Amino acid sequence: MNIVDRRLNPRGKSLANRQRFIRRARKQILEAVREASARHGIADAGGDRIKISADTLREPVLHHSHRSGERVHVVPGNKEYLEGDRIPRPPSGGGGRGSEGAPDGDSHDAFQFVLNQDEFLDLFLEDLELPDMLRKQLRHADGFTPQRAGFRTTGSAANLNLLRTMRNSLSRRIALKRPRASELIAREEEIAGLDPEGEDGDRRRLLEHELEHQRHRSRRIPFIDPVDVRYNRFENVPRPAASAVMFCLMDVSGSMTAHMKDLAKRFYKLLYLFLSRRYRHVDIVFIRHTHLAREVDEETFFTSTESGGTIVSTAFEEMLRVLNNRYSRDYWNVYAAQASDGDNMPADNPHAVSLLQTLILPACQYFAYLEVGSEDGRHGGPTELWRAYQRMAQAGQPIAMRKVNHRSQIYPVFRQLFARDRATRQEAGA
Amino acid sequence: MSDDLVIDSAERVKSGADWDFDQLRAAYEKVESVAIGELGLEVYPNQVEVITSEQMLDAYSSIGMPLMYRHWSFGKRFARDEALYRHGLRSLAYEIVINSNPCISYIMEENSMAMQTLVMAHAAFGHNHFFKNNHLFLQWTDAGGILDYMEFAKSYIARCEDMYGEAAVERVLDAAHALMNQGVSRYPRKKTLSLQDEEKRAAERREEEQRTYNDLWRTLPGKPSGGGRLTSVAERHRLLGLPEENILYFLEKKAPLLKPWQREILRIVRHVAQYFYPQKQTRMMNEGCATFVHYRIINRLHDTGFLDDGAMLEFLHSHTSVVFQPDFDDRRYDGMNPYALGFAMMQDIARICTEPTDEDREWFPAIAGNQDPLGTLKEAWANYRDESFIRQFLSPALIRRMRLFNVFDDGESDLLVSRIHNERGYREIRSALADSFDVVKQEPEIEIVDVDLDRDRRLILHHRAHNGIQLDKSDADLVLRRLADLWGYEVRLIEIDAASERELRKYDVAPPNGG
Repeated sequence: MNIVDRRLNPRGKSLANRQRFIRRARKQILEAVREASARHGIADAGGDRIKISADTLREPVLHHSHRSGERVHVVPGNKEYLEGDRIPRPPSGGGGRGSEGAPDGDSHDAFQFVLNQDEFLDLFLEDLELPDMLRKQLRHADGFTPQRAGFRTTGSAANLNLLRTMRNSLSRRIALKRPRASELIAREEEIAGLDPEGEDGDRRRLLEHELEHQRHRSRRIPFIDPVDVRYNRFENVPRPAASAVMFCLMDVSGSMTAHMKDLAKRFYKLLYLFLSRRYRHVDIVFIRHTHLAREVDEETFFTSTESGGTIVSTAFEEMLRVLNNRYSRDYWNVYAAQASDGDNMPADNPHAVSLLQTLILPACQYFAYLEVGSEDGRHGGPTELWRAYQRMAQAGQPIAMRKVNHRSQIYPVFRQLFARDRATRQEAGA
Repeated sequence: MSDDLVIDSAERVKSGADWDFDQLRAAYEKVESVAIGELGLEVYPNQVEVITSEQMLDAYSSIGMPLMYRHWSFGKRFARDEALYRHGLRSLAYEIVINSNPCISYIMEENSMAMQTLVMAHAAFGHNHFFKNNHLFLQWTDAGGILDYMEFAKSYIARCEDMYGEAAVERVLDAAHALMNQGVSRYPRKKTLSLQDEEKRAAERREEEQRTYNDLWRTLPGKPSGGGRLTSVAERHRLLGLPEENILYFLEKKAPLLKPWQREILRIVRHVAQYFYPQKQTRMMNEGCATFVHYRIINRLHDTGFLDDGAMLEFLHSHTSVVFQPDFDDRRYDGMNPYALGFAMMQDIARICTEPTDEDREWFPAIAGNQDPLGTLKEAWANYRDESFIRQFLSPALIRRMRLFNVFDDGESDLLVSRIHNERGYREIRSALADSFDVVKQEPEIEIVDVDLDRDRRLILHHRAHNGIQLDKSDADLVLRRLADLWGYEVRLIEIDAASERELRKYDVAPPNGG
């Protein structure tokens, strides 16, 4: 007998099955995931029980219907019944009485299971991408791919190139006149055919001498010599990776209510999650502005409070400063997402618009503008900023804009802004 | 009291204690000495594998096989079991045992030492003995080859996925799984002759023809040769091997449009179904046997002092909950508990063998008082399945003790108590209970009866409905659609009442993409 400890075996043996299962019920799971994300924050969404209809996952088999025919059940625990007694039919046709339980395919109930955080986010962020990302010059290598590149004289046995080795060996043997095996055999046969005592004696001795000489030669000249051996050579070719930088511009001025700030932060959290999960070579630059703009770290961006007037152009200037200092356009795809309530100091508007139009948009692959409104959705027509941006969008600039009034709109809007499908995105731009 | 059972206190099993591998080994040896030495069980070599709860869930989802091909339904099972387990709605089994040689038992690391001892007695000896001796397993499964076969199946299906795409493979597997219960041969098939034998037979036949040649026969008028392609019914049945109850087998061999890899997948699913078929038929006996064996062994180990009183109480607690049979009006009632029934019957047989009453002598003249309970049980374990075991061995005493009664259900009016535990009722209760454990009676009786070879190649199946019990319509529709997909042409299923030969319902299904 044998006791084997299997506890350290690789985990996730059924992972492949699970992926197939999720793919099978994908549409429904997606719906459930989005619904769950509306109910509470995404950060703690995974690990939740997901409920989907069991219909897609039905595994039908041929089995007896429970509603037809006559049958006899044997049941234990008789207390007072006598032969011939009648028992009122329990509701819902027998209630599991008898030995047959409901087979898999029979229940139309919901199917419940748990998605882990990773699966949840994958589904949650599915079909999203940064639009128009270009492979700019190599800055990051995404790893290396070995590529065949000629031959070498050293290497591991697995890389031995037999064909090349044998070809070398053959040409060397021909050049050095190594006798072939067939020649030796022919000579041996010839010698065996000659009578040692008769008139062929001399010829036989001559032949024997030659044979000896040839044997000697074939021993001295090896069939395969170390100089013949060739190995496949591989070169590591770097895989190019596209790198991108995302500028997050958030208005935190006094006109932004707590509700609006909450919406903006939720949007950026989503954006941050999406970028950090989906792209390995994406830098994120956080800029917050009131009447002054400042580049801040992630922590400050999401948590600290500050207040003041609003001058949008300061944010653009700060962005340009960072862009020119750190992110050469040859290497980087540039993206920006701005969130604001649309209020700006009226005097600043022309400056902000011209900055955007002449310097920022030409540098950007994509510019997303999110206008956050009050919860009741009450606002007096489009804001100054919105109108200015709209003109640019209509002029075909890479700018997309959406309005958000309520928490529940954040995710749909986010999806529209970053949908992989261009048509959906265009809708957002209009 | 053999000497090797004297225990030094260091290796005694105490209640609640954690286990380690040395203890496990010591306990295994003690269990083995009782199982082999005293009970005389015959087992495959054992391999005990310690696994985590997650691995147990893995094993659950792949129907208990250590190797399984990939399919979404296993992922579904895993997701469901995991959700139930994580939320504390269901606990996991203590062990899983595989009918293979060597016999693999999985035990969970969470179990206490007392539980591990119990589990080894139960699985590594109880189930193992049953696997090695029961005639159904011997005849229908190949314990030595199953793991290799599953290895092959897994890699073959993975290769198919690579070559033909996951979607195409999934479609075949879905259809095959839907027909899995109809992928079982219940009777051994006629052995097909090898090519050599075939040639030899043909040569003998020619010789015989030459020897008995008579020119006169030539002058007899022959059958009118005409009728074109119309094949006679008998000819067609012979060609196609009809009627055939094993639908997967028929499709694998005869479906006109399947590609070779699709046939191989059907064959794999069919083999898996066939491998599990004996387990379906002997679930109650198998569990009863294992429970009976562990009960004997653990009690013996307690007698010798290897298990201390605390461990014994722990054992009794789990043993009694395993063999607990709730009454029909209990909220926990969920049909007959196979552990309870199997264990009770085997204890009862042991009683009949050693202390029979007059009633037992009358009912079981062959075994009553033969004073060889183990021999009698081993004989039963080897030669019966659930249905025949109940029909043979369920005693009136046990029917009285469990207070079994028959309830007649016509699907409409109130339920009728048709028999209770009295002289008039014993035989009928026993027969009804045996029927309820008879896989053949519990599963629909479906056969392929004909193929319309001359016209549209429609496949025709019959379901013989007994007591008016028909198929579940919505599921049958889905299954037949998948069947039509495999067959490639139309499929017709006719439900026929077995008593009156009346046609009850007809299903006509065309293949999904019009062939």
